[in-house]
Amino acid sequence: MERLKSIDEFQFLHDRLIAERDPDSPTIIIPAGTCGQASGANDLIRITKRELLNKKYTDKIKIRITGCHGFCEMEPSILIEPSGTFYPKVDPRKMVHIVEAVAKGDVLKDLLFVDPKTGSPIERQADIPFFKKQVRILLCRNEKIDPIRIFNYIENDGYVAMARTLSSGNPRWVVEEIKASGLRGRGGAGFPTGLKWERLANQPNGNGKFIVCNADEGDPGAYMDRSLLEGNPHSIIEGMLIGAYGTGATKGIIYVRNEYPLAIKHLLIALRQANQLGLLGGHILGTGFSFDIKIVRGAGAFVCGEETALIKSIEGTMGEPRQRPPFPVEKGIHGEPTSINNVETWANIPIIIGLGAQEFTKVGTKENTGTKIFSLVGKIKNTGLVEVPMGITIDRIVNEIGDGKIGQRNIKAVQTGGPSGGCIPAEMFHLSIDYESLAKAGSIMGSGGMIVMDEYTCMVDVAKYFMGFLKEESCGKCFICRKGTQRMYEILDDISAGRGTLEHLGLLEELGSVVKDASLCGLGQTSPNPVLSTLRYFREEYIEHIQKKRCPAGVCKDLITYVITEICTGCQLCLKSCPAEAIRGEKKERHSINSQKCNKCGVCKSVCKFDAVETR
Amino acid sequence: MITLRINGLSVSVEEGTTLLEAAQFIGFPIPTLCHHDGLSSYGACRLCLVEIGEGPKAKLVSSCTYPAEEGLQVRTSSSRVMKARRIILELLLGSCPQSKTVQDLASAYGIRQQRFRQEYENCILCGLCVRMCEEQMMAKAIGFRSRGEKRSIGTPFDIQSEDCRRCGACIYICPACQLRCTYTEPERAICGGCANLPAPCLEKEGFDDMMCYMAPCVACEIKKD
Repeated sequence: MERLKSIDEFQFLHDRLIAERDPDSPTIIIPAGTCGQASGANDLIRITKRELLNKKYTDKIKIRITGCHGFCEMEPSILIEPSGTFYPKVDPRKMVHIVEAVAKGDVLKDLLFVDPKTGSPIERQADIPFFKKQVRILLCRNEKIDPIRIFNYIENDGYVAMARTLSSGNPRWVVEEIKASGLRGRGGAGFPTGLKWERLANQPNGNGKFIVCNADEGDPGAYMDRSLLEGNPHSIIEGMLIGAYGTGATKGIIYVRNEYPLAIKHLLIALRQANQLGLLGGHILGTGFSFDIKIVRGAGAFVCGEETALIKSIEGTMGEPRQRPPFPVEKGIHGEPTSINNVETWANIPIIIGLGAQEFTKVGTKENTGTKIFSLVGKIKNTGLVEVPMGITIDRIVNEIGDGKIGQRNIKAVQTGGPSGGCIPAEMFHLSIDYESLAKAGSIMGSGGMIVMDEYTCMVDVAKYFMGFLKEESCGKCFICRKGTQRMYEILDDISAGRGTLEHLGLLEELGSVVKDASLCGLGQTSPNPVLSTLRYFREEYIEHIQKKRCPAGVCKDLITYVITEICTGCQLCLKSCPAEAIRGEKKERHSINSQKCNKCGVCKSVCKFDAVETR
Repeated sequence: MITLRINGLSVSVEEGTTLLEAAQFIGFPIPTLCHHDGLSSYGACRLCLVEIGEGPKAKLVSSCTYPAEEGLQVRTSSSRVMKARRIILELLLGSCPQSKTVQDLASAYGIRQQRFRQEYENCILCGLCVRMCEEQMMAKAIGFRSRGEKRSIGTPFDIQSEDCRRCGACIYICPACQLRCTYTEPERAICGGCANLPAPCLEKEGFDDMMCYMAPCVACEIKKD
């Protein structure tokens, strides 16, 4: 790769790549992010490559390996361009037929996605309700780009926004444009990005300023940032370049957790390619602007996502938050001004500069512009990454995009914002998704985790799970957060084991409100949210645990017994699976469970094909 | 000079003064456990909380780490502060009831019960010993390890640090182990647990009374026997 020496050379390269592109030639797109690879995308890649070589289709059909497209429920999937045909849950044995069909221009009807409502197959990805109802500004780029090929990114208007900023010659314009876009930090707090940049730009440039990409995504069940880093690392780099130009920063750091090996690999490749092409490093595109990015790997502490703890971690000390002020934008890494933004925020920057701030504000609401990616997981039909405009209601995400409940179990609540978010009950699904209304409902936007819960989810157990996570992931510096989360876990454990009293509820609320008030950092201040929100909306479940000593959802092991009902056909499947040998019964006769022997593992319930095992 | 209002009183302090220093300067008492005048501020025990700001933007901050700002409204013992402080003291009593310092503070704030399961921990992780070792003794022999509920103070892999001079400053400054260092039964009295550190006088040759911080010290009683 030859180094580009001027903006004109870049434009020339961009135009040439677009001219060389053949929009009509078929391309097989295989999403192979971490999720795709886990469900077997590597097999599909291998078979496709072999088929293309064997049948000599290599001139005719192209193959593109991309990051995750978002529909994780249907992985491993295949997308065919330009027709937009989508094959879900592809069996590796059927891959040969798909390649053949692509070569002939056919569509394999019986492998297509079937609409669960109408039962008829849907051919094009864009027509599938899951995709159709989203506004995919960031995620749709994942389909178009092979993350390890920089030319592929440039071909799709990559680095064009950066070239535009450089040719404007006016850093202030960049900051003003971001301010006008109304973009707010996607990490969870929702601080206006433009304002943060303006403050950084106004800081004296002594020994250099830092900008940081916070990719320490630690929420259980959330993986938006990972998909962006794996699928489109160049957009993060481009965003940071634009940010550096606007704020005068000279050093960039991507703080990514070591649990994301594929993201780190793709980032390293992307950084090397950008450096070779002269899009990163000294005198970028022949201008006076220089900027370099390095990767710092985090060791997996949840608290290091908090900005002051992140700074400590980058400096090489223990990841502990500190008091603000001074804010990082005044005194950050090694005492230099630092601006820290989330991965998704950075990914939005090239879009804003590319589209123009005015165009960007058309999506979303007045106070909350743009889109937000949520990872929709839990007890819902369509799990995956969904990108929706801000201000959309929870109901639309859950019931239209997520396609609602599984089977007959009604959806009870969604938990937003990761472990420090709250649970929003189904009665409040009319709530619109924005920073303010979620905070008012006792939850937070967070980085975008959205866990759907149904009647088989016990809210005491949920609160206990998150408290157990937080008591281990609190840094332990401030006493109230460390001990407060431990004690809340202890009380919840007591309640779930039937040892709770009604006084415990008052104590939980009192303790929770103080932990919220008195903690040092965002982790501590939001840590009681799971407890306080479940107490607020699902108090009767707590009371049932305490007074009637029973768990209505059938989750808390100490309070339930497994019973086999008369539906039992006597198939002996549960009898054979029971590890405690607690089930007895003759063939074709109703079985029974010996509650003395039963260790409540729940295997019988999960293996039973007739739903004959109940919890009481 | 910066002028701020503490509990309605106007006070002028130099730039860089913390709220704790400013409040103490005009005589408002603020309890602390992790603060010491000779050491840097840490903000871990959260006892020195004060309420700043007005209306919906009012919040609690630790006064030992928050710098005085021009025109800031500070309340050192509003009901919100007292509520938080009481819960913190109750939590402290619940996990570290042996400490005389904790007992006295709890008593002063009228804590008559603690509603949590009783624990008997030795350390409240205030970090005074770590800072003492680093900043005053220039040894950096001990530090924090791990996070969350597993957090503890000690040396890596519990191996005695070569930097440790056994000065005993960590034991001297510990607010939690005072009671046991002056306990009546010698065997149970010497703590050393806070730093995996044996009492200096028992191990170090030529250790004399001048070097000892313990007054009264039970280790001396053992030696006499």
